[in-house]
Amino acid sequence: MLSASLADDAAIVVRDLRKRYVDVDAVCGVSFAVRRGTTTALLGGNGAGKTTTLSMLLGVLTPTAGSVHVLGEDMARHRFRVLPRINFTSPYVDLPKRLTVRQNLRVFADLYGVRNPVRRLAELTDEFDLARFVDRPYGELSAGQRTRVSLAKALMNRPEVLLLDEPTASLDPDVGDRMRSYLEDYQRASGCTMLLASHNMGEVERLCDDVIMLRAGTVVDQGAPRALIERYGRETMEEVFLDVARGTAADRDAAVEQGAPLS
Amino acid sequence: MNAARHHASAEVLRAAGGVRIDADAGLHPQTGPAASLRRIRALVRRHAYLLLHSWPRLFSTMYYPTVTMVLWAFLTIYLAPTNDFLRSAPGFFLGAVLLWDVLFRGQLGVSLTFIEEMYARNLGNLFVSPLRLSELIAGQLTMSVLRALIGVGGACLFAWLLFRYSIFSLGLPLIAFFVNLLVFGWAIGLAVSAMILRWGLGAEELAWAAIFLFAPVSGVYYPIGVLPAPLQVIAWALPSAYVFEGMREVLLRGVFDWSMLGIALALNAVYIAGGSALFAWAVRYARRRGLLLQMGE
Repeated sequence: MLSASLADDAAIVVRDLRKRYVDVDAVCGVSFAVRRGTTTALLGGNGAGKTTTLSMLLGVLTPTAGSVHVLGEDMARHRFRVLPRINFTSPYVDLPKRLTVRQNLRVFADLYGVRNPVRRLAELTDEFDLARFVDRPYGELSAGQRTRVSLAKALMNRPEVLLLDEPTASLDPDVGDRMRSYLEDYQRASGCTMLLASHNMGEVERLCDDVIMLRAGTVVDQGAPRALIERYGRETMEEVFLDVARGTAADRDAAVEQGAPLS
Repeated sequence: MNAARHHASAEVLRAAGGVRIDADAGLHPQTGPAASLRRIRALVRRHAYLLLHSWPRLFSTMYYPTVTMVLWAFLTIYLAPTNDFLRSAPGFFLGAVLLWDVLFRGQLGVSLTFIEEMYARNLGNLFVSPLRLSELIAGQLTMSVLRALIGVGGACLFAWLLFRYSIFSLGLPLIAFFVNLLVFGWAIGLAVSAMILRWGLGAEELAWAAIFLFAPVSGVYYPIGVLPAPLQVIAWALPSAYVFEGMREVLLRGVFDWSMLGIALALNAVYIAGGSALFAWAVRYARRRGLLLQMGE
């Protein structure tokens, strides 16, 4: 259950969210809130329900039950009031491959109604170091370059809420680090709220104020990275993740100490 | 915090990592006709980049209508000396083939625009953007007009250059024929898009094949009267049958039948509403099944 004060202060409020596909429960009553201006990670193994949850937050997947409020608006009823103010990246979507990077970004600038698209495009080209390939077709870029372009597209409308599914998965450590720095700077400068799904625990420890741990479509634990590491008696988030994903004794002990259920 | 405050409150700055939040970098209003037109224009721009900046695509858009026109033109030249009917209306087959292509390009323009998004795995981006479903459809229809004008326009130009046949010899009724066939093509195109969204790219072949189901009962090259009675019932339920019958009336008797135009328009209103409803249903289905983020090559 979410406390009223937390829900009031939150950019994202999810209540008892459920998704059932024919005979599979992908998400089973997830509730959480993401405070404004913070970064929260959704963690869990493959099939834990992270992408399903993000998809419902974005409005591209209809929940079986429950509600999602983003920036105070009910996504089921007033999605279009919110969509101009949010954005996302996901490995499940791509950009048109035959269009150049510039053409792709220009299209999304117009879709989001950016007032000065030419200048915004120049800023993003500069900030994401796209100049060398901005006039090349998107389909000819390396995986890392495509990820940078996707992030540039995600920041085109200067979103107040940014949902990131594996944002740095295909980047080399150097570029990945620069992107994480960029996201930190962007958040500091804009006060943006970020929710990210990631398997990179170093990234989670560095970027995130809170972590929500999912297993089999339910929230099994949540808290600040340091608090979780201490609670599980581990050294890193990687070890906490393994405990939770595998449902080991430490995870169960932690649950007992917390007075399960945890969600 | 709302969007305007969010953007207005931020000052121009360049943070350590190079992030600039510019007070003047907000968004246009998101509601109203101007916002809708801007988003439709964005979608058209996306597909126009693809079509107009690729000569093979432009060429193939004109290629099939032109080759088909040339075939029918030579058939007319071959048959006309021995056929009174063709002697009195030499543009009969050419007019029919060019108008048929309006229907085909109209449908194809809608379906291919949608398939392009699926191939590109771009549907997720579009459905998370402020683009409304009605605007997506409007963008598809606009691209359909563009493709029809390029494809059929090219064939019409070659018909005049090679055979001195002008489709404009049909006079003002040509506009009525063009509009009706285009709208019927849109309706079929939306229904095909719905089926592809429902069953995935495996159903892509429908985009190319579906229209030919309507060819035998549209009376493109022969009067509806030659069809067996049950097929005539089906034919008279299609706007295309009224258009091609109307075209023959104009070519053979120089008469434009307004009642046929009225029936075709009324039928088209039903078909376009049905096609849009089917497409909207398919999008709701895709949202329930999580297909919008999954579909692609």
